[in-house]
Amino acid sequence: MGQYVLRRLLLMVPVALLVSVISFTLLRLSPGDPVLVFAGEERDPATLTALRHELGLDRPMPVQYVAWLRRAVQGDFGRSIRTRQPVRQAIVERLPATLELGLAALAISISVALVVGTISAIKRNSAIDLVATGFTLAGVSLPGFFLGLSLILLFALVFRLLPPGGYVPFVEDPGGNLRRLILPAITIATGSLAVNMRQVRSAMIEVLHQDYIRTARAKGLSESAVIAGHALKNALIPVVTLVGLQVGAVIEGAIITETIYFWPGVGRLAVDSINGRDYPVVQAIVLVSALSFMASTLVVDLLYAWLDPRISYQDAGA
Amino acid sequence: MSAATGVVTTSPGGPAAVGAGALSAGRVAARPPLSVALRRHPRLVVGGALVVALLLVSVLAPALAPYSPTKVESSQALEAPSARHLMGTDDLGRDVFSRVLWGSRVSLSVGIISVGIGLVAGVTLGLVAGYFGGAVDLVAMRAIDALLAFPALLLAIAITAALGPKVQNAMIAIGIVAIPAYTRLTRGQVLSVREREFVTAARSLGAPAWRIILLHILPNIANALVVQATLSTAFAVLAEAALSFLGLGSQPPMPSWGQDIAYSQRYLANLKWWMSAGPGLAIFVAVFSFNFLGDALRDALDPRLRRSA
Repeated sequence: MGQYVLRRLLLMVPVALLVSVISFTLLRLSPGDPVLVFAGEERDPATLTALRHELGLDRPMPVQYVAWLRRAVQGDFGRSIRTRQPVRQAIVERLPATLELGLAALAISISVALVVGTISAIKRNSAIDLVATGFTLAGVSLPGFFLGLSLILLFALVFRLLPPGGYVPFVEDPGGNLRRLILPAITIATGSLAVNMRQVRSAMIEVLHQDYIRTARAKGLSESAVIAGHALKNALIPVVTLVGLQVGAVIEGAIITETIYFWPGVGRLAVDSINGRDYPVVQAIVLVSALSFMASTLVVDLLYAWLDPRISYQDAGA
Repeated sequence: MSAATGVVTTSPGGPAAVGAGALSAGRVAARPPLSVALRRHPRLVVGGALVVALLLVSVLAPALAPYSPTKVESSQALEAPSARHLMGTDDLGRDVFSRVLWGSRVSLSVGIISVGIGLVAGVTLGLVAGYFGGAVDLVAMRAIDALLAFPALLLAIAITAALGPKVQNAMIAIGIVAIPAYTRLTRGQVLSVREREFVTAARSLGAPAWRIILLHILPNIANALVVQATLSTAFAVLAEAALSFLGLGSQPPMPSWGQDIAYSQRYLANLKWWMSAGPGLAIFVAVFSFNFLGDALRDALDPRLRRSA
């Protein structure tokens, strides 16, 4: 197991390097000149050249990359072009809001998926199952921003039950924070709920056909004991993968939803920075979300080995 | 690898006979039994009809649309849905229904072209990596791993932002994001097919690598590719809508669903719900149709997944 972890970590190095090369080159391809953005009203050629030199933009691309990477591994992503704020600070400041939203969405999605997915697996082809299956297909097809706007329209503007957006920190006003959390969390949860519910359902159906379930029933266990004690535990293994991957993708899920609800997280920062050609910030967000996704993939694989002793990593191929 | 392979290998009859038999078996299995599948799987008919209807709408949009999608008619601004304007009008008096019909052209062309890009690039890479193996495989798969490490939508947004906000760039970005799925699918299938008898037979008959790949390996993965392509069209339509919602896709005045929803935001507080309802419904129907067809195709063409359906 220790060897497996080591090998996985070593394999991650070239991929992480490639990821950093892609993140770096992506935004240097952009047609706009970052120096012009940085300089604002300043158009004096001498000043622009000096600024270009100061930012290191006059050096060859590979040199720029190495310099960028060297600072990036130390957590230094430079300064935001728009606000002059250190990029790391800008991201760290907004991370709690994104995590709060992402985890709330995940909690909603997983708990509903477990309950409804299990019921629809046990009562296959019942009315509940058909509604739930129909919903999963509809849920993955509904764009998050349309759902978000519809929820704002309905619950904030027509019925005036919840605020249409915004954010207050939990420590300042817990009630206000939670009231503003509900709609964006539901918006994000709906997208992943469809996938999670489908996974729970099919994993559960698969498990219910196993011999040990028949044995459990044969020895006289009640149906609820069979489901809760034997089936659910085994059906959860594939679900763990999905949950882990969704934790890793929390920034992605937040991009559009945060923009709609004026939720000041990393996703909204990404959109604002793309619109403002704020390369250092976009680069850092793209890199950080890719690395966190890779890390969560690794954690999922390790969790898998721990949850399911049948999986052996002694001779697992790449 | 599989039990069936083992049986054929040990059967008597000489390499030539085995080769010929397996060769034709490989060819026959390659052809998707579409006519049979249609009869057995009514969902295929429904999904297919939905997708064909969508394609027809976008092709016939100029004939079907009751009004011009871009004509400003300020005397009819912000009208609620009525018999005259089925989905109402926007703040400039443009007919929302006509814009929705025209908008399908952007969505579907981005969907189809980006999936085409992903399919061609991804399958080629997967075939090459899987067939040749070794260093080629190693490098190609690390590159794919790196692409997969990026969250799909964020990568598409970043690429489009880098290339410039244009609908062509949205196609390229979504296409790039779609590559890894095809490469992995293709490579996996090639690895399992590569050592089968009909490939060995073709190789021993002196067939060149490209011929083996095109005639013997590709047909074997056609079914899986059709399923993947249909499902990724659904993703592509959704991604295009998200990109144009963020102002990174097609530009005004050409109607596009995501962009029209973004535009409608400013009238949300005035409860002009119909400005976003039309395009929102359209995105939903389009994505749903491709997802539905993809699911039905998977159940019909991929017997391994049938029992969990």
